[in-house]
Amino acid sequence: MNKIIFLVLGLFFCPAIIFSQNPATLLNDSTASKKEYVQATFKTSRIVIGPSIESPAAGDLLFTVSHHFGKISNGAYEFFGLTTSTIRLGLDYGITKRLSAGIGLSTFQKNLDGCIKYKILSQSTGVNIMPVTVSYFGEIDGTMLKWEHPERQNYFYSRISYANLLLIARKFSRTFSLQLSPSFIHYNLVERKIDQNNVFAIGAGGRLKITKRTSVNIEYHYLLPGQTAKDFNNSLSAGIDIETGGHVFQLFFTNSQPLFNRGFIAETKGNLGKGDISFGFNINRIFTL
Amino acid sequence: MKKIIIVFFIMAFLSLAVNAQKYITKTGKISFFSSAPLENIEAVNDQVNAALDFSTGDFVFKVLMKSFEFPKSLMQEHFNENYVESDKYPDASFTGKITNIKDINVANNNTVIVQAQGDLTIHGVTKKINTSGTIGIKNGVLTGYSKFTILLKDYNISIPKTVVNNISKTIEITVNIILNKLNN
Repeated sequence: MNKIIFLVLGLFFCPAIIFSQNPATLLNDSTASKKEYVQATFKTSRIVIGPSIESPAAGDLLFTVSHHFGKISNGAYEFFGLTTSTIRLGLDYGITKRLSAGIGLSTFQKNLDGCIKYKILSQSTGVNIMPVTVSYFGEIDGTMLKWEHPERQNYFYSRISYANLLLIARKFSRTFSLQLSPSFIHYNLVERKIDQNNVFAIGAGGRLKITKRTSVNIEYHYLLPGQTAKDFNNSLSAGIDIETGGHVFQLFFTNSQPLFNRGFIAETKGNLGKGDISFGFNINRIFTL
Repeated sequence: MKKIIIVFFIMAFLSLAVNAQKYITKTGKISFFSSAPLENIEAVNDQVNAALDFSTGDFVFKVLMKSFEFPKSLMQEHFNENYVESDKYPDASFTGKITNIKDINVANNNTVIVQAQGDLTIHGVTKKINTSGTIGIKNGVLTGYSKFTILLKDYNISIPKTVVNNISKTIEITVNIILNKLNN
């Protein structure tokens, strides 16, 4: 009986003594339960052409040159689209950890845009688990084309439209991230009576990392039924991100010509069925100010 | 029955005696420095876990890679995403022994040069490291300091050609810790 008790006690205490001689066990693994924000859900602030939940960090300036060539279906005469293009130059600045603001100029409709992105929730692990990152993205834009309706007073606000997107993203693993981007677009003025002033769409996008510095990205915006959905097409873009240090290069194919949100969500003309696909790229460069 | 009680007490005392020699911190500081033609990169981690068993000289460091703070957030992202791959290898560790621990007398306020050897694990790769440092004692508090360099190549961390002028092949690591006696 004594022996048994001795054994039992021995079993209890021996591990304690063995462990206490190994300092590693002194490091109570408090580190494992620490709250940790998930980083780098996407490489840059766009999935392909639409906004991702990523923003430039506070104090960083992101310069983006976006370029969409013409339709490949235009054929050899236009060098498969390479001789025509629309361009957007953009600057985005990280004001705080959560808030960034940007401006952009597009050749498409001579459009000026301004945007803000605000991170409402951040995906985290550890003690406080937050499954998703949620950001609000708001863009206001106006066309600077000559006024073409002499019979009508040229109010400035008639040129303005708005795009509001709620970006909900989750980084599922090191390599795989998904984002849902429901959007609401408002036109202050539309051309015809039947045109919608308010357009709703649902966007989805994702990325799959194929190496440490490259990923495959896909993005789709579905227009909810209405006049806009009758007149225009849903936007589909697919491409790769190549990160080289200070730059992220995004090379992609898309059926959208405009490079600002109202444009590609609600005014995509390219018909995928007819092969209206164009090649495009974004060059993203971060400057730490 | 007596035997058991005796054994019980011996064990209890033994573990107490061993514990009384433990020094520990959770706010140690480790920084690293990369000096390259185009830019210098320095990152600091001040949440280092470390423990030293004074009776044997055994020590352990545990460092969460994501706790390294960089002057530029893009550096930090690239460090975690592309170089040390923090999601795959969340921490680095250094376990080993101070070979001349007997030279230190905790009762006196002094500073002793110590030799440390052990296994340094970064990016999932473990290498034997020999380095020297100092341990200073003041009123029962230990201050540890060491500086050594490692080769990134040794730890399977590769530098792409486009940034060879931004990141040094050798990284200088500086350790600064203040260890307090562990109270049970």
